Amino acid sequence: MGFSDADLAAIWLTLRLASTTTALLLLIGTPIAWWLARTRSMWKGPVGAVVALPLVLPPTVLGFYLLLILGPDGPVGRLTHLLGLGALPFTFWGLVVGSVFYSMPFVVQPIQNAIEALGERPLEVAATLRASPLDCFFTVVLPLARPGFITAAILGFSHTVGEFGVVLMLGGNIPGVTRVVSVQIYDHVEALEYAQAHWLAGSMVIFSFLVLLTLYTRRPNLNKAG
Amino acid sequence: MKLGQLFPSLLTLLCAISAHADEVNVAVAANFTAPMNAIAAEFAKDTGHQAKLAFGSSGKFYAQIKSGAPFQVFLSADDEKPAKLAQEGLAVPASRFTYAIGTLVLWSSQPALVDANGEVLKKGKFNKLALANPKLAPYGQAAIEVLTGMGLLNQLTPKFVQGENIAQTYQFAMTGNAELGFVALSQVMKDGKIANGSAWIVPGKLHTPIRQDAVILETGKGNAAADALMKYLKSDKARAIIKSYGYEI
Repeated sequence: MGFSDADLAAIWLTLRLASTTTALLLLIGTPIAWWLARTRSMWKGPVGAVVALPLVLPPTVLGFYLLLILGPDGPVGRLTHLLGLGALPFTFWGLVVGSVFYSMPFVVQPIQNAIEALGERPLEVAATLRASPLDCFFTVVLPLARPGFITAAILGFSHTVGEFGVVLMLGGNIPGVTRVVSVQIYDHVEALEYAQAHWLAGSMVIFSFLVLLTLYTRRPNLNKAG
Repeated sequence: MKLGQLFPSLLTLLCAISAHADEVNVAVAANFTAPMNAIAAEFAKDTGHQAKLAFGSSGKFYAQIKSGAPFQVFLSADDEKPAKLAQEGLAVPASRFTYAIGTLVLWSSQPALVDANGEVLKKGKFNKLALANPKLAPYGQAAIEVLTGMGLLNQLTPKFVQGENIAQTYQFAMTGNAELGFVALSQVMKDGKIANGSAWIVPGKLHTPIRQDAVILETGKGNAAADALMKYLKSDKARAIIKSYGYEI
């Protein structure tokens, strides 16, 4: 006995969801992290707190509100309807939106820390050499803060793989569309299919361990490089 | 002793210390939350015994009971799990009985969407149809049987969204994310009538009866409060409460 077709579909879907989410989060999270690291605005505290909310909130809270907000009577739901996108819940992209919120702090915070750790000095030097801010970002910040970006990507990806509560609330358990590995495991356990549950659950443990192992063994070298 | 064995035995030990003769820990299927709260209050008044209630999915309770969870009585959402526990020597076979029969209802939060005969299913003019996961929940299985009987299963499968249990299914329908949902009558019934939206109460002959069985667990053998509760569930008073929430019995 190994993975069933349904299990494989769930694994594939989970990998797609996690990659899409991670890519989007690096795009969205980097400007936010940059701003949080460099601003002296009074909004730094509130914005930082909002980004960190998913660390503290139970995923069911996040999922429940997303279901209401993205639903046909919610503000975002009305907007997506007007734009002809339809309703987001029960779709792959609905899960992506949920996952972006859910994994946001895991991507923003490592990048923010890395940029803060650089300090003002390298940027000032770059500026005196007439590097434009954009140039400075790509040639100075990105290479120097690389360990932070790698940590962010790994954490964002694996946190999305481990997502359960939000997906459960927002997904509707549609095979191949919203039934991810964690939901599939839940189903197996609930249906008393313990052998199949073990296959998937065991794989998750091994996967998570390998991810963290990579993270913790790579880190010192990267810090030296940085 | 391995950790996996130590934990359940610790729980059992704690339970043995803390459980008085007049106290019973009950694992209750989530769909029966509201009626059971009402029944437990009356039970305490009438008998002096305390029923401590834990609500959750029957599948999870089954797994926990197998690992020695400190419950003395199990009110399942189906009739399979209590039977299985009895077979496995974890429950008292003779104590098993049906405490409620669930009623399936096709419900929408929109006032005029569902007609009295469920014709709306045939027209197909709705975005999604929420139902409980048929693999896990008897209400989901019943919904599939109804659709199969109407010859609509293949046609409507693309519109399915599945809740992990009947509570989540109701949530999908209640928030309007799914325009239609097969839910439990007990969820949309208040004071003997359907509180809002529109509904088709599915005739019981269209699906296998949704029998919800109760059983005394091995840990509750000889527990006076457990016996009293099982007896109380069969009383006219309890049956009246159960019916007022939209169950048959």
